[in-house]
Amino acid sequence: MELIEAIILAVLAASTPLLIAATGELVTERSGVLNLGVEGMMIIGAASGFAGAWLTGSIFIGALFGIVAGTLMSLVFALMALGLAVNQVATGLALTILGVGLSGLIGAGFVGERITPAMHLNIPGLTDIPLIGRVLFGEDAFVYFSLALVVGVWWFLYRTRPGLILRACGDNHVSAHALGYPVLRIRTIAVMFGGACAGLAGAYLPLAYTPFFIPGMTAGRGWIALALVVFSSWRPGRLVVGAYLFGAVTILQLHAQGWGVGIPSQLMSALPYLATVIVLVLLSRARTGGSTAPAALGTVFVPDR
Amino acid sequence: MQAHQRMLDPTANSLHSGESPLFRTIGLTKRYGDFLANDSIDIDIWPTEIHALLGENGAGKSTLVKAIYGLIQPSAGQICWRGQPIVQSGPSEARSRGISMVFQHFSLFDNLTVAENVALGLDGKESFKDMSARLEQVSKTYGLPLDPKREVWQLSVGERQRIEIVRALMQDPQFLILDEPTAVLTPQEADQLFVVLERLKAEGRAILYISHKLEEVKRLCDTATILRGGKKVETCNPRLETAASLARMMVGGEIKEVKAAAGRQTTVPRLVVNDLSLAPGEAHGVRLEHISFELKGGEILGIAGVAGNGQDELFAALSGERLSKDPGTIVIEGLAAGHLSITQRRKLGAAFVPEERLGHGTAPRMKLSENALLTGHAASGMVHHGFIDTAATLKTVDRATKTFDVRKAKRDPEAASLSGGNLQKFIVGREILRNPAVLVVSQPTWGVDAGAAAVIRQALLDLATAGAAVLVTSQDLDELAEIADRIAVMFHGHLSAPLATSEATRERLGLLMGGSTLEPKEAAHAVGA
Repeated sequence: MELIEAIILAVLAASTPLLIAATGELVTERSGVLNLGVEGMMIIGAASGFAGAWLTGSIFIGALFGIVAGTLMSLVFALMALGLAVNQVATGLALTILGVGLSGLIGAGFVGERITPAMHLNIPGLTDIPLIGRVLFGEDAFVYFSLALVVGVWWFLYRTRPGLILRACGDNHVSAHALGYPVLRIRTIAVMFGGACAGLAGAYLPLAYTPFFIPGMTAGRGWIALALVVFSSWRPGRLVVGAYLFGAVTILQLHAQGWGVGIPSQLMSALPYLATVIVLVLLSRARTGGSTAPAALGTVFVPDR
Repeated sequence: MQAHQRMLDPTANSLHSGESPLFRTIGLTKRYGDFLANDSIDIDIWPTEIHALLGENGAGKSTLVKAIYGLIQPSAGQICWRGQPIVQSGPSEARSRGISMVFQHFSLFDNLTVAENVALGLDGKESFKDMSARLEQVSKTYGLPLDPKREVWQLSVGERQRIEIVRALMQDPQFLILDEPTAVLTPQEADQLFVVLERLKAEGRAILYISHKLEEVKRLCDTATILRGGKKVETCNPRLETAASLARMMVGGEIKEVKAAAGRQTTVPRLVVNDLSLAPGEAHGVRLEHISFELKGGEILGIAGVAGNGQDELFAALSGERLSKDPGTIVIEGLAAGHLSITQRRKLGAAFVPEERLGHGTAPRMKLSENALLTGHAASGMVHHGFIDTAATLKTVDRATKTFDVRKAKRDPEAASLSGGNLQKFIVGREILRNPAVLVVSQPTWGVDAGAAAVIRQALLDLATAGAAVLVTSQDLDELAEIADRIAVMFHGHLSAPLATSEATRERLGLLMGGSTLEPKEAAHAVGA
């Protein structure tokens, strides 16, 4: 009983950064922009978030630092890929390299420092319910926020007019432009939202997951978030399923190592990444004949004037 | 000049004396660098009038309507709406004034529903529910049936255009612009559109109708403004003109007539397709269903049909861009070729001209000689022991230039620097100079000026006369009537039995293009042909 509860709690904690980053990237990609720099924006968010929290002693301000840093990174991407119409794949990869390097610089002074991690919810009576109490009523604010974020994004995309316009930009930017919508402005906002989410997801790691910063601590989570968006076929609901599934794989391999399953630990650690590859292959095989990707995804748009 | 035009223009002041036009441009100019896309154009649009805008590709029609709709800003000149000078900052401002536009290349979103597509064309002041109700009402009023819940990619081209028109009508426009609306319609669908347009005109609206189909313009339009090379040539009453006189104004001279050589003889079958079926290669593609035909030397077979009914897929299967599992489905020069690559098919004597000139027919940033090599390396002696014979590639360019009158700035420019017509002449010429036994060509004169189109059609006829088998896919029925011996129609991946061109009336082809089958009596004709 105790173990199952512990596992569920660990899965939720491991899944939350994936979910937040992937939700942001989903909005970016729905507007037709492929930003491969999620990993870079996350790691910058982690370094800045930790710096903010360490300097002010506030987890909330740390999270804000992470969001602002991720947004600034995404603006670099927007300037290149949207403003100057540079190839989006190349720009995104460059952003990741920049992020990894820059985060080492920002975080250098903080390596080895510790902060008090984010508080968990505690409602006397409810939180004490066996098994589900701590799972439902004992999480940190990030976990609840991530779920609210997905619902909010779903509602925005499918129930509001700006959401419709954003999807339209991702489907056919030429048409959207012809109808008079400011495609580049809409995409810039979507990219910034993706950056803010990635920054927050990165900040979650040193603020709630482990209370210290180490260089490279995102450890490929940005890439998994990118794969999750494809896995979800660009739908927010499936994103939740996918994120928790990947979180579960990450945690279960840790436990499996603890139980002494006779598989080399390196192979077990590789499981989440292996699962990403397998899922992507299966999805692309299953999807011949009907595509769900935004039709304009990754294509450069230059309006004529 | 002005007085002269007024005299020729019976609609101008006689009908509308005392009022100002609904919309007018005065000296409208649009400059791109050194290039004048529109050179001081005056045009007056009156209510209760269908005004045709005529001109060849590149004459400046699209630039003019984009400026009218606020999509681009004119470099000079003035736009007036109800007599007042205005600046059109963007399409939503145009829409709020009562100007709507139906685009040539539809401005639709494939993965959104019909209702969502319509909502995107409106300004969003009403709720989605109210908008959907109004959509149903408008589509009923004008006899343009639409299912608001379906996604656009599932719809036919005719239905897609209906969305565009209903979307425009939902804004209750006083001035409606239609950019080549019938280019993708069957003759019957076009007739239905004309009924709607007549009704809109009777309601007092003004319509600007862009087309290059002259008979259509003569039938439908009250006034015609003709553009050539960015300048206005004339404003006239098209009903008082002949198609030939309108064409002369568009082209600025006579067009050479295409002549079929007398005594052309058909020989052995050179291209045979046996029960070819092929699953689509991409999302929203068309499945080819049991396609069979036989094409003899000396013969031109035309394939008509509304775009997107499997023509692209058929071209890919014939050219070898997509392979068939069963070699016997495609027979070139008596040899089973369904499983052979493009190069192997070229070695059998086949040549291919795809629809898209830039990016498919040629590599845009490569020189013409390099582009000649791309299709000529297999069987035209341009490669010796693995090394390119540059002199031979250049010679091909020179021969194509001379034989087909390709106009270019230097001897061997980049493909992308040529105009559409000249590049198409080069591509067709490049293939014809290889003396192919079989030529498969898709949309040979799409977006090509009339002079170049005549050269290309003549070249295809001459090639057939020389004994080759020619397969031409085209959406232009007049073109097929001019050069093809037999015409078959593609619909939803099926190919109809070919009709002899003399029996392929517009009505019959229109029925086949819309998916109807011919009456048993007519089908008997088709088999006999």
